[in-house]
Amino acid sequence: MEFLLQLVLNGIVIGSIYALVGLGFVIIYKSSSILNFAQGEFLMLGAYVCLAIFTTARVPFAAAFALTLVFSVVLGMLLERVLLRPMIGEPVISVIMLTLGLASILRAVVQGFWGTDTRPYPDLFPSAPIMIGPLPVSQGYLYSVASVFVLLLLFSLFFKYTRSGIAMRATAFSQQVALSMGISVKRIFALAWSIAAVVSAVGGVLLGGIRGGVDGAFALFGLKVIPVVILGGLDSVLGAIVGGLVMGILENLAGGYLDPVFGGGVKEVAPFVALVAILTFKPYGLFGKVKIERV
Amino acid sequence: MRCGDFRESYAEDMAIFESPVSRWLLALLLAALAAVPLVATAYGLDVLLRVLIAVIAATGLNILTGFTGQISLGNAAFLAVGAYSTAFLAGRLGLPFPVVIPLAGIVTALAGMVFGVPSLRLKGLYLAVATLAAHFVVEFTAVHWESVTGGVNGISVPAAKLGPLELDGDRPLYFLVLPLTALLLLFAKNLFRTKVGKAFVAIRDHDISAEVMGVNVFRHKLLSFGVSSFYVGVAGSLLAYQARIISPENFPITLAIDQLGMIIIGGLGSILGSVLGAVFITALPELLRLATGALSDTFPGLVGLFAPLKTGLFGLAIVLFLVFEPDGMAARWHTIRNYWKLYPFSY
Repeated sequence: MEFLLQLVLNGIVIGSIYALVGLGFVIIYKSSSILNFAQGEFLMLGAYVCLAIFTTARVPFAAAFALTLVFSVVLGMLLERVLLRPMIGEPVISVIMLTLGLASILRAVVQGFWGTDTRPYPDLFPSAPIMIGPLPVSQGYLYSVASVFVLLLLFSLFFKYTRSGIAMRATAFSQQVALSMGISVKRIFALAWSIAAVVSAVGGVLLGGIRGGVDGAFALFGLKVIPVVILGGLDSVLGAIVGGLVMGILENLAGGYLDPVFGGGVKEVAPFVALVAILTFKPYGLFGKVKIERV
Repeated sequence: MRCGDFRESYAEDMAIFESPVSRWLLALLLAALAAVPLVATAYGLDVLLRVLIAVIAATGLNILTGFTGQISLGNAAFLAVGAYSTAFLAGRLGLPFPVVIPLAGIVTALAGMVFGVPSLRLKGLYLAVATLAAHFVVEFTAVHWESVTGGVNGISVPAAKLGPLELDGDRPLYFLVLPLTALLLLFAKNLFRTKVGKAFVAIRDHDISAEVMGVNVFRHKLLSFGVSSFYVGVAGSLLAYQARIISPENFPITLAIDQLGMIIIGGLGSILGSVLGAVFITALPELLRLATGALSDTFPGLVGLFAPLKTGLFGLAIVLFLVFEPDGMAARWHTIRNYWKLYPFSY
């Protein structure tokens, strides 16, 4: 029983970070119908940049974190302007390849600057565990889950009440209608990429804090998040949250109970097996909008 | 003097070789390639073999993605299926290579058709994601089905054998790979002059319209997965014969991305494009290796940066091609050739 609870708890922690990265995915897909395969690299880059600012500039961690967010905003805007805008109207395969190429470049930048060794992360959270019922839970877990949910709440409010948020939803609904209402679709795309880079960077820093180090494996999160967003529905923010938690718990349970049977590695493949099942039975996910094609 | 590129009959329009000159040039190229082992170093021959194998795999992927419009991120997995079938058929059963290579192709074609079944319902992004899942499932199987695949330690493959003949090493193997590549390229080129090939292209251009015109979309999609995977399986088989030891590490997801890069850079929906792209992407790291080696005296730090430089250059090449030449090297080649064909009166 305790084992089960522990697995579920780990699942919620990792799932909340999935939800955060998934949010970035969904925002980009919703506004511009692009599946961003470089999302994991955004996460990795965010974690490294934050660490680099913290260690070289000798500023408090909060300041380094804030600078990282500024960096992510600029990065997102820059990428949209330089790379994504020429891709408007190109076939799906070109856009997919563009994000894959971008992923290669970002990976190369990280490897070139920081090498491939694991870099230790500063202690972000107090190390003494807190008891929840019978379970000792590290404070880092609680803080990261809490901050993820605060962020997700903030973004929900942003989409619901702010001018830019409403403009983004309008663009997602129909670009033509948005344009005719005087919304700059280009600005919305830039905003979407910035938000995606920011939430990924936050996820990267939290993950660095939890794991105590950062390395190239962080980029794999970008691929792991794909089953998450497919489960939730590619164009649903709520779906990203639910999908993230479900996948996090699922992979931990599968890993915990099936690893002894198969001899390891189940945790990595379980989300993808689930992905095949989802695509077969419910391709638009739990909350996704079903597309009807007309000739 | 020629003053334009005129085609006066359908037969001319459909011809494989546009002019007798191009036919002779191609024959000359083949003869030159056949003579390469006489002069090439071991390193050069190894690179050339890998280029030829990449050409076969890229052509396979182009049939599926470039001609039929079904995006596949599962190419590394299909290569793995071909390679592991070869290890099993040649190593465990001791079959000769004229049997092993087609059988490996057929096994891979069947695997490809299984993963092609979701294409009944899915297209575009969703199919890409489904093939991505297929990649991880195959990778997991390769790692954990130890009795057949040897697990993470890998499995050794015997040299390609036929009776007393043994193709041990790159030099003899080259004389198997080169004609096979030429044959498969010719088949692919011909495929798109047939009804089936035209149906593939119709599905790519608009699946619903193709269905209305009487193309059985699902059957042709499956067939495309089958033909494409057959090519990739043959490439995987040759890869296994060349590498002699294979493990799951030989088939990472980046390999699938490399191959998509080949057909993007070469040109989607062009056989010539698959060849050019495969040459470009395979030769790029080798050229980079030469360059870093030559400059290592002046910039000692450069050798350590080889891996990131390689990844970065690959990404950069893809991005630059997509932004500036979305139709790939094949389109650029045609522009250049047509300019010179009519030189100096190109109007």
